[in-house]
Amino acid sequence: MEKQKQPLLSIAKREALPWYKNWLIRGGAILLALVFCGIITMLLTGLNPVEVFRTLFYGAFGTNRKIWVTAQNLAILLGISLAVTPAFKMRFWNIGAEGQVLIGSLACAACMITLGDKIPNGLLILISLLASLLAGALWGFLPAFFKAHWETNETLFTLMMNYIAMQLAAYFIIVWEVPKGSGKIGVINQSTNAGWLPVIGGQRYLLTILVIAILTGVMYIYLQYSKHGYEISVVGESHRTASYAGIKVTRVIIRTMVLSGAICGMVGMLLVSATDHTLTTTLVDGRGFTAVMVSWLAKFNPIGMIFTSLLLVVLERGATEISSVFSLNHSFADILTGIILFFIIGSDFFVNYTVHFRKNRKEGK
Amino acid sequence: MFDIVSFIPRAVMQGTPLLFGSTGEILTEKSGNLNLGIPGIMYVGAISGVIGSFFYEQSVAGQPLNGFLAIAIPMVCSLLGSLLMGLIYCFLTVTLRANQNVTGLAMTTFGVGFGNFFGGSLIKLANADVPSVALPATSAFFSKHLPFAANLGWFGKIFLNYGFLAYLAVIIALLASYMLNRTRPGLHLRSVGEGPATADAAGINVTAYKYIATCVGSMIAGLGGLYYVMDYACGVWSNNAFGDRGWLAIALVIFTIWRPNVSILASMLFGGLYILYLYIPTGSHMEVKELYKMLPYVITLVVLIIVSLRKKREDQPPASLGLSYFREER
Repeated sequence: MEKQKQPLLSIAKREALPWYKNWLIRGGAILLALVFCGIITMLLTGLNPVEVFRTLFYGAFGTNRKIWVTAQNLAILLGISLAVTPAFKMRFWNIGAEGQVLIGSLACAACMITLGDKIPNGLLILISLLASLLAGALWGFLPAFFKAHWETNETLFTLMMNYIAMQLAAYFIIVWEVPKGSGKIGVINQSTNAGWLPVIGGQRYLLTILVIAILTGVMYIYLQYSKHGYEISVVGESHRTASYAGIKVTRVIIRTMVLSGAICGMVGMLLVSATDHTLTTTLVDGRGFTAVMVSWLAKFNPIGMIFTSLLLVVLERGATEISSVFSLNHSFADILTGIILFFIIGSDFFVNYTVHFRKNRKEGK
Repeated sequence: MFDIVSFIPRAVMQGTPLLFGSTGEILTEKSGNLNLGIPGIMYVGAISGVIGSFFYEQSVAGQPLNGFLAIAIPMVCSLLGSLLMGLIYCFLTVTLRANQNVTGLAMTTFGVGFGNFFGGSLIKLANADVPSVALPATSAFFSKHLPFAANLGWFGKIFLNYGFLAYLAVIIALLASYMLNRTRPGLHLRSVGEGPATADAAGINVTAYKYIATCVGSMIAGLGGLYYVMDYACGVWSNNAFGDRGWLAIALVIFTIWRPNVSILASMLFGGLYILYLYIPTGSHMEVKELYKMLPYVITLVVLIIVSLRKKREDQPPASLGLSYFREER
C-alpha cells in the first residue's frame, strides 16, 4: 500500500458566501473580540467587564450632547473613509488621507484668516471650499501622477506627504499665531464669525452630518452604478484587462486620486469652518489612518462603512468615558480598538477560505 | 558658529533608534511583508523594557542594581514584547493572509495605545508628580560609555561617547547586510520577497522565511524603542515622547533603497536633519524651524521618485512587497 503524505490542515479558497453567512462570521468575530476585550479589561484593571461595557455605551450615547458628538465624529470618520474608498477599490493604497485632510483644513484656514472681513461671507465660504478642494486634490494628484507614470510606490509616497502637510501646517500656525509666541492660532474670526459655515437647526454638528450623509449616498451610486465606478473596479482587478478593454489606466488612476484627495480636502474644510474653527497639527488625529481600516473592513461598500465607522467611533468615545470614570489612561481605547481590529482582520480569512482537516482513512482502500 | 562636535553625537543618538527600526523593517520587507506596524512595535519594545526594569528596580528597593540583571531584564522583556507583536502580524498576514496595510495600521494603533496605556499605569503606580516614569539607575547602565572617552577630545566625543546599544545597532545593521547579500539564507530570503511562488517551487519554505524575517525584524525594531527610553531619554518614559520616529524609520528604508549598511550613515543623517532646526540660527522667525523639520520627509520623497524614474532593477522594492502569498492561487 503506498503511503501518501497529507498535511493536517488543507486550505482552499471558497466561493463567495451568501451575505448573511458573511455577516454572521464578521459579527461572530466582533462578539468574540468584545468578550476577549472584557477579559483583558478585567485582568488589567480588576473591574467588572459588564460595568465597563455599560460605561462604554453611556460614553457614546448617554446624553443628548454625547449622541451629537458621537454623530459628528462618526460623520468625519465616515467622510474620510468615503474619500479613500475609490482609490482603494482601484487597489491604490493611499494612506495619505491624514495629510490630504490637513492640507484642506490649512487651505480653508488660510482663506478665513487672510480674506476674513474683506469680502462678503458667502463668497468667502465659496473661496474656502474651492481652496480646500484644490489643496486636497493636489495632495492626491502628486502620488497618483508618479504611480500612474512610473509605478512609484504609492503607500510610501502618501505616507511622506502626510508629514509634509503636517509641517506646512505647523509653519503657518506659527506665522498666524495669536497671540504671538503662543504657538496656537486660537479661534479664527471669533468676533465676526467670518467664513464660519452657518449653524442649521440650532445644532452645530448638523450641517457636517447632513453633508456626509449626502456624500455617502452619492458615493454609493458613483461606485455602484456610474461608468467611472465601473472603470475603477476594472482597473483594481487588473491593469491589463483594463487597457485591453480600452480604459485609459493612467487617466483613471489620476482622476480617482484627485477625487479622493478633493473629498478629503472638503472634510478638512468641514473640520475647520463648521466645528473646530481653528487649526492644529493634530486636527485630524489619526483618523486618516483609521479611515483605511474602516473602508477595508466594510469591503469598500459605503453603506457598510456607516457600521464599521460607527463601531470604531463608539469604541473611541466609550473608552474616553471609561478612562475618565475609572481613572484609566485614555489610550485604553486604542488597545481595545486594536484587539477588535485584529479579530475582524482575522475573521476575513474564514470568509474567503475554508479549512479541511485531514480525513482519517481508517476504512482502508 | 556651527558646533559640529556637539552636533554629531546628538545626530547619532537621534539616529540610533531609526537605525534599529530601519534594519528591522528592511529584513521584514525583504521577505515581502510591508510592516506598517513598526511604529507600534517600537512603542511596545520600549514600554516592555520599561515595565521590566521598573519592577526590577522596585524589587531591589533602593539597593544598588546588579549590572547584568539591570541590562538583561529590560532587554529580554523588550525582545519578548516585540516578538509577540511580530507573531501577531505574521499570524494575520502570513497564516490568515490578511491585508498587510490594514494589519500594519491596526498594529500601530494597538502598539502606541499599549505603550501609552502601560506607561500611564506605571506613572500612576510610581505616584510621580510629573507625568513620566524615571528609571535613572537602569539608564545609567545602558548609557555607560568607555571611561576614557571623555579624555580623547573631539575624537572621543564623536566616536566613543555612546551607550552599548548604539554600537549594537551598527553591528546588527552590518550583520543584516552581510546576511542578506553574502549568505544562502539571505539569498533565499530575498527570493521569497521577490517571487514567493518561484521560491516555493525551488523548495524554500516561504512561510518559515516570512515568519522568521518578520519576527526578527520586529525584535530589532523593538530594541530601537528600548534604546530611545533607556539611553537617549535617560530612562524617562513619558507618553507619546517617542513620537513619529517609527514612521521615519520606514522612510529610511526607502531612502537607503533596502540596504542596512547604507542605513548606518543614513540614519545618522536623518537624526541630524531631525535636530538640525536646533542648530540653525533663525532669529525671530521661529516658523522656519518647522520647515527644517520637513527635510527628512522631502528628501525621502525625492529619493523615492528618483529610484522609480531610474528603474534600476537592484534599486526596486521587493517585487512581492505588500502581497500575501497563497500557494494554490496561481
